[in-house]
Amino acid sequence: MGMKFRLIKNIIKQGFQGMWRNKGMGLASITSIAAVLIILGLVFIMILSLNNIVVDTKDKFDEIQIFLEDSADDEQIERIKSSIENQEGVSSVMFQSKDEALEKMKEDWGDEAYLLDGLETNPLPNTIIVKLKDIEYANNIAKKIKDLEGIEEIQYNQDIIEKLVLVANYVKTGGMLIVSILIFVSVFIISNTIKLTVTARKREINIMKYVGATNGYIKGPFVIEGVLFGLIGALLSLGAVYYGYNYFFNTVSDRLYVLFTIYLVPPKVLFKDISTIFITIGAGIGALGSLVSLKKFLNV
Amino acid sequence: MIKFENVDKEYDNGVKALSNINLSIEKGEFVFLVGPSGAGKSTLIKLILKEENPTSGKIYLNNKDITNVKNRKVPYIRRNVGVVFQDFRLLPNKTVYENIAFAMEIIGSHSKEIRRNVPMVLSMVNLSKKADYYPDQLSGGEHQRVAIARAIVNNPPILIADEPTGNLDPDTAWEIMKLLRDINRRGTTILMATHAKEIVDAMQKRVIEIEKGMIVRDEEKGVYGHEI
Repeated sequence: MGMKFRLIKNIIKQGFQGMWRNKGMGLASITSIAAVLIILGLVFIMILSLNNIVVDTKDKFDEIQIFLEDSADDEQIERIKSSIENQEGVSSVMFQSKDEALEKMKEDWGDEAYLLDGLETNPLPNTIIVKLKDIEYANNIAKKIKDLEGIEEIQYNQDIIEKLVLVANYVKTGGMLIVSILIFVSVFIISNTIKLTVTARKREINIMKYVGATNGYIKGPFVIEGVLFGLIGALLSLGAVYYGYNYFFNTVSDRLYVLFTIYLVPPKVLFKDISTIFITIGAGIGALGSLVSLKKFLNV
Repeated sequence: MIKFENVDKEYDNGVKALSNINLSIEKGEFVFLVGPSGAGKSTLIKLILKEENPTSGKIYLNNKDITNVKNRKVPYIRRNVGVVFQDFRLLPNKTVYENIAFAMEIIGSHSKEIRRNVPMVLSMVNLSKKADYYPDQLSGGEHQRVAIARAIVNNPPILIADEPTGNLDPDTAWEIMKLLRDINRRGTTILMATHAKEIVDAMQKRVIEIEKGMIVRDEEKGVYGHEI
């Protein structure tokens, strides 16, 4: 037990010494790991926010708008309304006249509403607005009512949501691809850094071999050196992402873009999520880099 | 102590380094390994140290079959064998004391044990006064004495010396030989590969001669070579 402890103490001490001796190349390793993790953090933030937007949009756009022909009469409108009310997934059906629609548009446009004053006739159609329990039902309902008389067009926002999900997926895939490439590069840089320590300690390793040091004892310090570089990189990037994002978040909130802020992950929550990930990936890259270089350069 | 049974060694590049080696070295023996460069002396030593594995045959160390031990176990085998090289292989950034203590640290010895054993071997090799010197402050003979101290500090039953006097002048070489003889008298088995004819002839120990990968002579109280 005591022997094991002394050996482990030695291994850790040598790991720190190796890190100190390789400050220069170590800086390159730390920088590369920090860069990977910062980019990973940005991708992460983007994915989380997009996800929030998708969820929120789904909530907001769970409706179908049915534009009616101007020639449609009350009877036709009633028939359409009642046939929709019987469909699965419908929570409410509401009629909005052309005039109401124009009023609403004027409200939405606010200061620019005067532009609408020039209209000679109201171009907006009478509309039936169907609230759904979930946007997923939209396709089905649209298919069933599309042949009813008096309907000019059926519009719903399945497209928008599908496009959002698609964008989220692109960000996810693209981000992961970039992160993977950068991880590969970092492993390479780390392995080159560790190679320097291995070379500097070639004599020592040779002697250790002959005196009967175990492989674990010989390799341990290099792995620790790599892991230390990884951890430092992780902590730096964690700080950079957290404070950077915090600043961004507060700036956005201060300017009262509340609509935008609600989609953003609060910095504290983000920090909790990414700290474990960053530390694991940082240490992992460090360990992997060392092992790669040991396999290549150290024939024990 | 060391036993080879029908050992062949052919390297991956096809060079046949040893063929049909049979030898047995008993506890407490002092054996010279002689022969021209490239005859296979180094390969034989590498086989004992498990740096290389034999192509066929069996090798025993301390009555244990080490022919097929796993890589993981090799370090523990090496702890039974101290090694001294022609080029000393000391660490330049460590003092004499630290160079020797290093060999104990890496196998996890207690610091109390280190503080006891290092001065002991230092006095054995007559370097107690130079414990705090760095290698570049030492002469060649002193270098080799430090290396010997490092090789025996963990008390291995076997000491292998690969041309330990190759870089030393004759007087210094004799100092080293006396030291090795003392170590041998304390019970350590010694196998020494050498080209030093005068030493071999004067020591009157067992001589094993290798030529072209084969043992061509193995005699008690032998001399370096018979041919002129």
